[in-house]
Amino acid sequence: MRNPPIFDPRGLLRPSRRQLLQGAGALAGASAFGLGSAAGAQDNVLNLLSWPGHADPAFVKPFEDQYGVKVVAKEYVGGEPMLALMNQSPPGSFDVVLADAEYIGMLQEGGFIDEMNPADYPLTDYWPEFQKFPLHWKNNKLYSVMIRFGYLGLAYRTDLLKADDVKSYKVLWDAKTKGKVGFFDWYLPSMGCLSLHDGNKPPFDIDNAAFEKLKKTLFSLRPQAAGFYSMADMFGMLTNGTAGIIPGIGDWVVLLLQKNGVPVAATVPDEGGIQWTESMSVVSSSTKKDLAKKFIQYASSPEGQFRSARLPAYWASIPNKKGWEKMIADAPQDAKTLRHTFDAPNVMTEYKQGKIFIRQTPVQQDIAAWNDAWSEFKST
Amino acid sequence: VTIKAATTMGPGAAPVASAAEEQGRRPAKGGGRPAVETLSFGVALGAPTFLWQLAFFLVPLGFLVAMTFWSVRNFRLQPDFTFINWEAIFAAGFFRNAFVYTSGMALLTSLLAATAAFPVAYAIAFRTEPALRRLLLFALIVPFFTSFPVRIYSMQIFFSPSGVINTALAVAGLGPVTILNTPLGTLVGYLTLTLPLVILLQTFALGAIDRQFVEAAHNLGCGRLRTIFSVIIPSARVGLVLSAAFAFVLAFGDYISPQFLGGSKPPTLSILIADQVKSGNQWPRASVVALVMILTLTVVLGALLKFAYGGRRATG
Repeated sequence: MRNPPIFDPRGLLRPSRRQLLQGAGALAGASAFGLGSAAGAQDNVLNLLSWPGHADPAFVKPFEDQYGVKVVAKEYVGGEPMLALMNQSPPGSFDVVLADAEYIGMLQEGGFIDEMNPADYPLTDYWPEFQKFPLHWKNNKLYSVMIRFGYLGLAYRTDLLKADDVKSYKVLWDAKTKGKVGFFDWYLPSMGCLSLHDGNKPPFDIDNAAFEKLKKTLFSLRPQAAGFYSMADMFGMLTNGTAGIIPGIGDWVVLLLQKNGVPVAATVPDEGGIQWTESMSVVSSSTKKDLAKKFIQYASSPEGQFRSARLPAYWASIPNKKGWEKMIADAPQDAKTLRHTFDAPNVMTEYKQGKIFIRQTPVQQDIAAWNDAWSEFKST
Repeated sequence: VTIKAATTMGPGAAPVASAAEEQGRRPAKGGGRPAVETLSFGVALGAPTFLWQLAFFLVPLGFLVAMTFWSVRNFRLQPDFTFINWEAIFAAGFFRNAFVYTSGMALLTSLLAATAAFPVAYAIAFRTEPALRRLLLFALIVPFFTSFPVRIYSMQIFFSPSGVINTALAVAGLGPVTILNTPLGTLVGYLTLTLPLVILLQTFALGAIDRQFVEAAHNLGCGRLRTIFSVIIPSARVGLVLSAAFAFVLAFGDYISPQFLGGSKPPTLSILIADQVKSGNQWPRASVVALVMILTLTVVLGALLKFAYGGRRATG
């Protein structure tokens, strides 16, 4: 006796095979069309290498309309992947790179970015602290223009912790936060804040003894850990409460969540916080350097600054005071949320108090040493 | 020889075996074809797939091996011949931890999935009408219609502290339970990934069993359970072991579950690969991890296949 066929998949396809074929044909046609139009548009494209969200129409639309171009972004998360992309992409892949200030030096040494003329950009409208931002200059030559910045300290759920609880990084070891300490899966900001907890000022320029101590501090947090998150996951985990507190992040995560009614806040503890920056440079291998310059001019202008500050992906502070003025005039509530007002303690207050340290790559150790410590921490 | 080869090929080949038997009885149908012609026909049939595998599997694999000896300077890959990547990975505590954890979790997944799938596969194969069977098998394929990351992300909604499950538990005065960012979360993801496939494979394996054996067992006074353990499981052994092996392979290499349900706590080998690339463009070190994974799977699969077919030969 032959066994009856247990399952004949053809039975499922039979009634719709014709439709399937039609669908496949349509799909092939569409992709051919898509490819054709993309290839034809290359000359009208500004290629941007950036953190996620920087080619959002909310920011780039006025620029695109003015110059009749399209801004296309290749997105990365973390400075090391950015360096890898710059190193491995064919010359001409990118026109503008948006990078964190601590990587500008490496980009410059690698010959990836051009010297810029300070007169081309509205640096004199910037807050004095940011007019000659050290990491953007080398031998008195400008290589990058700051577009956005923010502070990293502690972000926490306000239904778990009160403002008094988070005055110090010590709260990370508190019984209240056991199993609730989430981490941004990037060694640099996370370990930087713990280095501040250890009393290292500046936090990234530490000797080997201090580094060993930092590793001990880090590993002692393991029982407290909730998880290690990608950029997108942090928003979700703070929202659903899996993470109650995350060190090494700040307003860039919290502001959008607050807007959606999530009970979260960010703070710079007494031990200090870390400043992150996003700056734009002209890529040396670009064939559209003039367009690249115009894009950076737009991004640093009051209009571009105002729009960039409220990027749908994540909000940030802006260095151009005229951008602040535009925000106060056009979106006063957002100016309050971002603390971009002149008549109250604002986002520059912590800076003036000396609590803010610029984020750097490790000075006395290899990046690899810090990275390996981070991997070790995650796996123990 | 043909019949023996066909039977050792497992359950899927069972109809082929019976067809071959029929042919054996009636040699007139194509029986006189010369061996060379048969061989060249086989080569022509298999060549495209073989070339595809050569181009897109073997060549990259060779490249992967070569890359483990390369070095990275200033985030740039450089052809080299150094053992530094092998040394770094094998000396790293995080690699050993990840290896043990990943292997253990994959083994657990494979055992759980194979055990949990069997009653379902048994019910579908032996206790359902053909129409319902078709529907159930279709339902098992439906999960593959949506990409796995999307399914896993949607599961975060179920498992979060204020999610569907905990809200329901709270109503009943229970909970909350923590599943996200725990090994349990990872396990749930692994089972979501593997169970439909394991059930399908087991159902096919059970469906290929000759019903006459089952009837004979019943006629000889064998109870239901004893029939399952003495007749059905041994007959479908190859398929059952293969289904468990598939679960092991899929879970061992999965990146999505441990990252998005397990919160990378602790990291698995697949996460370690991503970390090595992400945090220093360490493709060579990542390649070492990948090669170790491939070797591990080869050894595990080899052992399982030997176990499956070895046993079959002994009983057959």
